[in-house]
Amino acid sequence: MEVDIRLAAERLRQEEATRGAAQLVTPGDTVTGDGGFMRGHGTYKDGENLVASVAGFVRRINRLISVQPLKARYNGEIGDDCPAVQEGLVTSERLCCFPGEIGDVVIGRVIEVQQKRWKVDTCSRLHSLLMLSSVNLPGGEQRRKTQEDELAMRSYLEEGDLISAEVQNIFSDGSLSLHTRSLKYGKLSQGVMVAVPSNLVLRRKNHFHDLPCGATVILGNNGYIWICATVVGEDGGAGTGGYVQNLERVPLPEREVISRLRNCILALAGSWMMLYDTSILYAFEASSKFQARDLLKPEVMAEVADLTRKRLDLEAAE
Amino acid sequence: MLQNPSWEDHRTDGRRRRDYRPMELETGLVTHAAGSARLRLATTDVLVGVKAEVGEPLPERPRAGRLQFSVDCSANASPEFEGRGGEALAGSIASCLTRAYASPSALDLRPLSIVPARQCWILYVDILILECGGNLYDAVSCAVKAALFNARVPELDVSSADSGRVDVELSDDPFKLLRLDVENAPCLVTLLLVDSECIVDPTQEEEACSKASLVTAVTAGGLVTAVTKAGRGSFHPTTVASALEMAAELGAVLNRTLTEQLQVEEQIEDRQIRGFLG
Repeated sequence: MEVDIRLAAERLRQEEATRGAAQLVTPGDTVTGDGGFMRGHGTYKDGENLVASVAGFVRRINRLISVQPLKARYNGEIGDDCPAVQEGLVTSERLCCFPGEIGDVVIGRVIEVQQKRWKVDTCSRLHSLLMLSSVNLPGGEQRRKTQEDELAMRSYLEEGDLISAEVQNIFSDGSLSLHTRSLKYGKLSQGVMVAVPSNLVLRRKNHFHDLPCGATVILGNNGYIWICATVVGEDGGAGTGGYVQNLERVPLPEREVISRLRNCILALAGSWMMLYDTSILYAFEASSKFQARDLLKPEVMAEVADLTRKRLDLEAAE
Repeated sequence: MLQNPSWEDHRTDGRRRRDYRPMELETGLVTHAAGSARLRLATTDVLVGVKAEVGEPLPERPRAGRLQFSVDCSANASPEFEGRGGEALAGSIASCLTRAYASPSALDLRPLSIVPARQCWILYVDILILECGGNLYDAVSCAVKAALFNARVPELDVSSADSGRVDVELSDDPFKLLRLDVENAPCLVTLLLVDSECIVDPTQEEEACSKASLVTAVTAGGLVTAVTKAGRGSFHPTTVASALEMAAELGAVLNRTLTEQLQVEEQIEDRQIRGFLG
């Protein structure tokens, strides 16, 4: 049994050694009274003083002073780090919510079964909708949905089920319309879902990855990531496009791989690194010297992320 | 979602059934309170403040002080706590703590008595739940113990005048303070029942998979002072017996680690309060 209690005071000493103290300001705080500075983003002039207009930390480049806000919209390049977290100021996981674009792969949880549609939670401002007309019936039949299909909706997808789907359309109010019109989408089972900020998932052509360690990872654009053991079948894919759930027990070696992957993804997300198949695989390999449960410790997570970043930088330099 | 999260002693995040997630502790961050502590257990965040006020002791315990718990579930912690949604949970945590500390072998409140049967110190322990990430009871109880360890109550000089009147004087020395001996203060250990096995320190996902849990209050010596069952499910009597044994073992380790770290923190010279923005 392991009980690990740390002191915040000791973390303070370790971190101050690696970075300088950040100057945090709130709207209305005077940044400087010296009139010789140029005004940058996030500041305004109030008489002789330069005053902050956003909450964030002060950046000084020669004679230009700007205030960089905490909740910055992330633009997304491989290897970049979000500035707010470089200063160690932001720790919440749910920083941004997912706006969504047509064609995005998302993982969602069914919240409600309504008339002719399901309401799905995809970590967006509004719940997404999965219309009955946008799903394939079990067995992959393509036919018009009848009255009986409407009444039998709950036998396909119930409240609490996890699905993978694609964004078909965006309504005028910003909510997403999903569809599962492909064999690779459908109900998910026998795996683990991890939630990370949505802007850390790199937008790519393929979001379904069969990793060599024996697990399949579905990187939802909305920040929900699904990890399960690779199903070896004739089609070779994880999705059967249907609603059949395999409820057999997953063997221990595969569960160990899944939990290690889960912890690695959270370690990368904790250091605000972009998530894609290569970075996740490198993190998995870098974590092999630790036990899966040790990957929950903050210093181990930082080390794994650091090793991954170094390896990616080395590759990019070649 | 895996159906059985702890089969073969391997949980979703790689922990064994008896492993806790890493915790971070800080005391003394609320300067205007007699004592305070903040505990972070993964994504669970709890802040506890202790305020001391003079009042009347309980009639059945005239020579002891009083301890009063109140819990506030902040709406930031979970959307369910919006408005009055968190009241049920807050009430159950407060009553669990009251019962845990009610045992005479838990915390000796006699040093808090000023004038027997007339005046005593009442310690108001206010608990604020800032973020909910599973295992609230354990996090709250550890933070309460840390806050009580950190609490300093002014020492009073009691002198009886001629006519039977009692004079209570506050000493001029601001460093003359009374500290509580929290050696035997209990910590709560939550054991979640999953498929007839018990797991400790459940995450929110694991809590959603289970129908019943056992919350036990354990002192440093492995003594169980209170047991509460939560949830709609049922326990088999043999499971309860083995769960209590497991809780006693784990509680002793938890208490010991917590006390050690609190003593280490006290020894740090010129400790800077990290707080929420540090």
